[in-house]
Amino acid sequence: MAGGGNGEVKLLGMWASPFVLRVRLALSLKGVSYEYVEEDLKSKSELLLKSNPVHTKVPVLIHNGKPVCESSVILQYIDEAFAGIGPSLLPADPHDRAVARFWAAYIDDKLLKASSQASSGKTEEEKAEGAKQAAAAVETLEGALKECSKGKPFFGGDSAGYVDLMLGGLLPWVHVGDAVKGVKTFDPATTPLLAAWADSFGALDAVEPVMPEVGKLVEFAMAMMSHAAAAAAATN
Amino acid sequence: MAGGDDLKLLGTWASPFAIRVKLALAVKGLSYEYAEEDLASKSELLLTSNPVHKKIPVLIHNGMPVCESNVIVEYIDEAFAGPSILSDDPYERATARFWAAYVDDKLLASWATILFRGKTEEEKSEGKKALLAALDTLEGALAKCSDGKGFFGGDSVGLVDMVLGSQLSWLKATEVITGEEFFDGEKTPLLSAWMARFSELDAAKAALPDVDSVVEFAKMRQARMAAAAATTPNS
Repeated sequence: MAGGGNGEVKLLGMWASPFVLRVRLALSLKGVSYEYVEEDLKSKSELLLKSNPVHTKVPVLIHNGKPVCESSVILQYIDEAFAGIGPSLLPADPHDRAVARFWAAYIDDKLLKASSQASSGKTEEEKAEGAKQAAAAVETLEGALKECSKGKPFFGGDSAGYVDLMLGGLLPWVHVGDAVKGVKTFDPATTPLLAAWADSFGALDAVEPVMPEVGKLVEFAMAMMSHAAAAAAATN
Repeated sequence: MAGGDDLKLLGTWASPFAIRVKLALAVKGLSYEYAEEDLASKSELLLTSNPVHKKIPVLIHNGMPVCESNVIVEYIDEAFAGPSILSDDPYERATARFWAAYVDDKLLASWATILFRGKTEEEKSEGKKALLAALDTLEGALAKCSDGKGFFGGDSVGLVDMVLGSQLSWLKATEVITGEEFFDGEKTPLLSAWMARFSELDAAKAALPDVDSVVEFAKMRQARMAAAAATTPNS
């Protein structure tokens, strides 16, 4: 519902989407209230189709009737449009902002892309290559966290910021992957900072209640995988 | 140039990513040292400035590197005074960022597919369809963003103008190489007018390579890729 001075804020989303989660976490961190609309992606609403005609995807943030699309764009919009409310998501210094944007892009362009290939690659070889690249990306992010946090718990320093949110939105799915494969993506032995970060981030008051249940996500993932297997079998 | 600002840009002449940084620097009226990188033999400076990707462009400001072309453009906008590249208004900024991402994800990807990434005739043909669809969508975007003015940024050149403008030589080169026309003054009149207007800018004339050079460069790259594919076992 309208957040009073914030105007009317509405979020079109899907409960399992890590991109939608990023936005929910950002709104929660900022303390901005909003109306959440769960979309059935197999039967998209008129509002979604009208608000994101280019991609017809969630998340879409609708602020005073005006839609903002693409999770990284929405996060920066939230930071700027609600600048007076709650903590800043991006630092003030231009160089620090550039570093944050760099790592946000890295998370999508490298980590996400590789993880996606690891699970949905067309051949076993492609999947293995994806897994290798994802592991390398995690290592690189360990180094990034060291640099950005300067000894504090988050990429944003003392408090969670843009990069924390971009990576944090992926956490439940990281846990799903870990549960299914019996591994630890943020292994305390090889990536101690990220392992600690995952715990700290997950425990934040603004984060904990917003995160989807990993058990439900595992069920969702299993259903998706069996659908995909059935589709593949049908086309052979 | 602001007193004490040391600016160096590592780039390559044909890269749209480097070109858009040149456009941003020009719009802000900033002087800088340009270093042309040989990507087959990257400089120490490039490797130490962008250890994560080892890619150009890299802007080095007073010794501090900034990487990723769109991140660099926003940095230039925020670190330096002068004409704004992004609006002050959060919604307009979000709109610009959305379309900048679209131009790279859809448009650039489509001509790259036509020229390089598409391995079969079918893939290349898909690339052509994607290119036309992207141009069609961008025509609509330009209508909305420009609000009757000359650029995506309104009266002045903004982020989207730079991201799209940086690809102009490549778009024209794609037409030359395929022998097909993708720009239709009737189907996309606003974009066609925008292209002519953008190309006339001093900054564009300085930063954009001539189409013939890009065509030659693209053909050489295609030849190298074909040779590599032919000699790769089990390809």
